Amino acid sequence: MELDPFVLSRIQFAANITFHILFPTITIGLGWFLLFFRVRYTQTGNMYWEHAYNFWVKVYALTFALGVVSGITMSFQFGTNWPGFMERTGNIAGPLLGYEVLTAFFLEASFLGIMLFGKQRVSNRTHLISTFLVAFGTSLSAFWILALNSWMHTPAGYEIREGQFFAESWAAIIFNPSFPYRFTHMMLASLLTSAFLVAGVCAWRMIQGVDGPATKMVLKTGIYTAAIIIPLQILAGDLHGLNTLEHQPAKVAAMEAVWETEKGAGFTLIGLPDEDARETRFAVKIPYAASLILTHELEGEVKGLNDFEAHPPVAPVFWSFRVMTGVGTLMLLVSWWGAWQLFRRGALNNLALRAVSLMTFSGWVASVAGWYVTEIGRQPWIVQGLVSTADVVAQHPTATLSGTLFGYVGLYIALMIAYMKALRIMAVKPAKTLEQDSNPLGTPLMGTSA
Amino acid sequence: MSEALPLFFVSAMGLSLLLYVILDGFDLGVGMLLPFGSNSEKDVMIASIGPFWDANETWIVMGVGVLLIAFPKAHGIILTALYIPVTIMLVGLILRGAAFDFRVKSADHRQPMWNKLFALGSLMAAMAQGWMLGAYITGLTGSTMSLAFSLLISLTLPALYIMLGGAWLLIKTEGELFDKAAHWCRLALPAMTFALLLVSVATPLVSQDIADRWFKLPDAIGLLPIPMSCALAILGMNWMLRRPQVLHAGYGWFIFVALMVICLMAAIGLAYSIYPDIVIGRMTLWEAAAATESLQFIFWGAIVTLPAILGYTVYVHRVFSGKATELSYD
Repeated sequence: MELDPFVLSRIQFAANITFHILFPTITIGLGWFLLFFRVRYTQTGNMYWEHAYNFWVKVYALTFALGVVSGITMSFQFGTNWPGFMERTGNIAGPLLGYEVLTAFFLEASFLGIMLFGKQRVSNRTHLISTFLVAFGTSLSAFWILALNSWMHTPAGYEIREGQFFAESWAAIIFNPSFPYRFTHMMLASLLTSAFLVAGVCAWRMIQGVDGPATKMVLKTGIYTAAIIIPLQILAGDLHGLNTLEHQPAKVAAMEAVWETEKGAGFTLIGLPDEDARETRFAVKIPYAASLILTHELEGEVKGLNDFEAHPPVAPVFWSFRVMTGVGTLMLLVSWWGAWQLFRRGALNNLALRAVSLMTFSGWVASVAGWYVTEIGRQPWIVQGLVSTADVVAQHPTATLSGTLFGYVGLYIALMIAYMKALRIMAVKPAKTLEQDSNPLGTPLMGTSA
Repeated sequence: MSEALPLFFVSAMGLSLLLYVILDGFDLGVGMLLPFGSNSEKDVMIASIGPFWDANETWIVMGVGVLLIAFPKAHGIILTALYIPVTIMLVGLILRGAAFDFRVKSADHRQPMWNKLFALGSLMAAMAQGWMLGAYITGLTGSTMSLAFSLLISLTLPALYIMLGGAWLLIKTEGELFDKAAHWCRLALPAMTFALLLVSVATPLVSQDIADRWFKLPDAIGLLPIPMSCALAILGMNWMLRRPQVLHAGYGWFIFVALMVICLMAAIGLAYSIYPDIVIGRMTLWEAAAATESLQFIFWGAIVTLPAILGYTVYVHRVFSGKATELSYD
């Protein structure tokens, strides 16, 4: 692969969007967790819920800030690197992004100030409303951006005149065929990611012995949420896959590394897809399984990669899909095991605690892998079947692009290290109740009886 | 309707960018001033912008968003031409936003480093925006003249932000920091005045068309309020900044208001010079405009949401009105 402006722009965009999506994936879900903690405190008066909120709101603030600043980068890169995309699809992409800014960005950014720093300045009710508006704003933001992203996969409601897209029906554009599936899949992914994050960090704190009563409550919330959502997510993922098979069969063929069109196609568990030889080496297959999963029939026909005029690069899509589903399976096992222990004994044993803490960032891995499947799987198109990615790139000098790419990647690595270190510092801090035990003169907790 | 829509959106874009300059201007300014405060003053300075910086920054997303929504053809031309300064600005904004949280959430011994990065990020963003402004008003030609001019603006525009930052601290702080803020404003005022003059002189030089608009009678008389109110605002600030007793008597907010007047006048002047072009000398806003049905769709959304956004922005400022107190999540 030669590093021409096109490849460099793609790597840069991939680096930016990979770094960016990590943070919204947490905040979209974690916002609702925080609201839950605040609501529980308001209902029960139990200070531990407030401790839980105070701990996690700091994580939220840090994560939110990184999401905002990396997101601004995204909004500029459409123009700086992919000007042809907006020139051709601006009539459709523009208003969707515009609604995201108007209805979501300002809402979340403005009320975030009150949510984070305004607790002493406003009533509890106003603070609850602000917390709700922030959580709602992040979800609304996901709604608009996923509407646009889904439209790029399954364009609808448009007409093309002289190479330019014009809107025919906004309802058809927003609720395009893949949107309901993608939106559901992503919202569940965000909830799962934050469920494993809160459960994982709490489990780690318990192993370290820095936990308080709030830690156990949050751990429980996280594990039960994960255990309930993971089967829903597997179902949503399956439905999304069927939708993809209908609209983007080449992507599904790459996911399964099916080269020849066949009936009763086997599912390749693992293997090395080789695009030059047009075969999967060392393939371990389950007979009929691909047909069964994709068409829900044993003898269903799966169209092979060789029968498409253009198809995405096979190996990255194939592997990303296996990483996503593999992590998903682990999520199912660990969360159900944890939930079963909680149900039976009200607590996790040491082994389960370790397993849960190892899964802290599993949501990130699965989400990023999932996005790679869907985005790399759309190539060589930026708008499926209509606009090719190579046609819309800006022709910047290779040296300029290498320089900016190098700068971004360096910055992102540094920030990622800082983020992990900061999380660790927050996580090792002994719980408030422990501080109070060691300081008998400390003010007693209020309302702990609930 | 279809004729008026691009006008509506170019006004919305202008308003967003004006609000961006004023609002993020003050927190970038506070960022650049950060190294000059003592350790405890640094905390107060950060606290004064804590609840606002995120929403403030959203105005530039809005500005570039409107450019993209309403003028997609110009969006590509402008942003590809500004590739390098945009990248520097983005890196600066990332550093600033990340450092805001990291300085209190990383290990204690790292705080000086994050403070420095906070200031550096603010400076990078401010200078890059100066460069972008310079390149934009010289027609995005990339000529040596244009580069030299961009360089000059990028060196002087931060002075405006520093003024805004200092003026913000005059509203939000008291005691020694208040006096320091007045001192910083005094130092930045000449540089800001120079920057303002530079932009005013350069735009007519770039194009005969713009020169004609400004210096032809009788139009020139009608335009006089623009330079005159700027001059009055500058003289007024100069007078007050030399009189600490007036500032201490509770008139510190005047500096911020005077700066808002200057920003507003500069925006009106710039708009008057450029209209109806969106890429100077190359593309009018009618040529760059998106399809009418797209503009209509977003128009109704904007009509409903913009007043709401302005409303809750004012509300948040009221919640955090008065002198800045320590930022606390509890």
